[in-house]
Amino acid sequence: MTTPLRIAVVYPDLLGTYGDGGNGLVLARRAEWRGYEVTLLQAPSDHPLPEADLYCLGGGEDGPQVRAARTLIDDGTLARRVAEGAVVLAVCAGFQIVGRTFPGADGGTHEGLGLLAVDTVKPATPRAVGEVLVEVDPDVLGPLPTLSGFENHGGATSRVEGTAALGQVVAGVGNGVDDGSEGAVQGRIVGTYLHGPVLARNPVLADRLLTWALDDVALAPLDDSEVEGLREERLLSVGGNRRRRRR
Amino acid sequence: MAGGRAGLRLDPRLLEHLSAGRQIALVTGTNGKTTTTRLLTVALGATGDAVVSNETGSNMPPGHVAALAGTEARRAVLETDEIYLPRVLTATTAATVVLLNLSRDQLDRTNEVRMIAGSWRAALAAAPHTHVVANADDPLVVWGAGVARDVHWVAAGLRWRHDAVGCPSCGGRIAFSESGWSCAACDFARPEPEATLVVAPDGTARAEWADGRTAPIRLALPGRFNESNALMAAVAADASGIDALEALAAMESVQEVAGRFTVRAFGDVRARLMLAKNPAGWDELLDLVAGSDAPLVVSINARIADGADPSWLWDVPFERLGGRAVVATGDRYRDLSVRLHYGGVEHSTEPDPVRAVRRAATAASSGAAAVVDVIGNYTAFHDLLGAPA
Repeated sequence: MTTPLRIAVVYPDLLGTYGDGGNGLVLARRAEWRGYEVTLLQAPSDHPLPEADLYCLGGGEDGPQVRAARTLIDDGTLARRVAEGAVVLAVCAGFQIVGRTFPGADGGTHEGLGLLAVDTVKPATPRAVGEVLVEVDPDVLGPLPTLSGFENHGGATSRVEGTAALGQVVAGVGNGVDDGSEGAVQGRIVGTYLHGPVLARNPVLADRLLTWALDDVALAPLDDSEVEGLREERLLSVGGNRRRRRR
Repeated sequence: MAGGRAGLRLDPRLLEHLSAGRQIALVTGTNGKTTTTRLLTVALGATGDAVVSNETGSNMPPGHVAALAGTEARRAVLETDEIYLPRVLTATTAATVVLLNLSRDQLDRTNEVRMIAGSWRAALAAAPHTHVVANADDPLVVWGAGVARDVHWVAAGLRWRHDAVGCPSCGGRIAFSESGWSCAACDFARPEPEATLVVAPDGTARAEWADGRTAPIRLALPGRFNESNALMAAVAADASGIDALEALAAMESVQEVAGRFTVRAFGDVRARLMLAKNPAGWDELLDLVAGSDAPLVVSINARIADGADPSWLWDVPFERLGGRAVVATGDRYRDLSVRLHYGGVEHSTEPDPVRAVRRAATAASSGAAAVVDVIGNYTAFHDLLGAPA
């Protein structure tokens, strides 16, 4: 690759509440450690969204989330770049706003970017808060080890028929609809409720996104011993719990 | 505190009864509550009055009841959890409320900061006789204080601005400048302060009042954030009828607060213990230790009092520790280790905090005389403070 890989963390001033900016850092380091040149951009909401190959959206509060959606729709760059093949990882509030509709703090329904065919509503149940384990559907992203993360959201997200889930929860709530699903995948867009950040806890998922952004190159393995220790600990600590359901 | 809880079970209005006839100040905010409470207590006591306070850090109603029961002290300074402020204000009809700052903290068990600011706003609107001392540099605090009848605005500074960009009034964007902040979309803007924290080029701090008074802030406690806390306490003392300059002078005697910055021994190793609970607090302390090359232990837990989700580690600029000898410890040392790995910070790991301190000491260049710096989050700090020597 002759030009640097451009990774943009979208609106950290509005969607930076839950540590998800770490996803951009994980992607950038994992590409750099393999010899790729990387430009990691922090893209604030008062500037036009920069051109990038990979966009990361994170969680945020209800009010700023509405503002982020409106600003991204007006800006237009994200939708255009997705049509041109850019990769998107959208977490929590970010997941909701790349979908078609999502609820605001005012109780109203807000328009999302419509890049993922999902709709989110506010359920009458308490917030989903806690550790999550997800078994990924191998037909969607290929075989991936169990995903570990931490969820903290008050949304119920349903997929339009034909939109794949990221996987099935084996612990935690996930999308919060009756099918036990977590996240959604459409083209090169991955939406999920997992914090942690999700790519810090699940480096194989990070590498899958990098592979897409780098035109399907084969990536050399990295020494992930720190992360392996963390994954073992998290899987052990949560593994005993059965899937929580909202009541 | 257990007594406080039992008392409230027998009489749910016990805090209200115990507050009657007293002049009460409540101190709240995400960071600096315990220290500001201590500084204000010392300042109010400088005239010889007895002042009672919940010094154990138990900052919810059972702790308030426990502090007030069995004392005749007419003045009280109560550290108050930010979520509990509305109901404690109602129960105590406090004469003074000090609002320090609001930022992300334990998001798995507390509310979003805008919801907290909104709850303050409603509570203070219903308390017309309360003097409010509020940090004018924090837009969320200004929103929370906004409709109170009597507000003393203090330019106490705000280093961590990452939670303040979305306007709490209209959802617009808050822009910060040298002279303050304002919303680009509505008329919500920094109010004119009556007192300002001024830092000279040589690093010394002083308080300046709009009415011309000025005084140096000379604390035994380290850190710019403590100078901010002192100014907030001085203005609160002023609002309580104690001369602000005498209040600041009295605060110079405070050597340590609830173990923060205590140097204690673990065998023949000495360690300076520091507490940071959330990204804003870590940002301050990493700045404070930046000038030192002492070995550093970072200890992270995720117990109930810490919040169960340590994702916030990725909001902390640990990259600044590059080049230091760092040992990662605590229940969640593995999360920390992954964060440091991606931040390019060389480190070793040791699950046991006391062993981690001893390990760090061996990396000290100046031998046995060196003091190891230790920063822990809430329960991690207390584990080391209470650990056997």
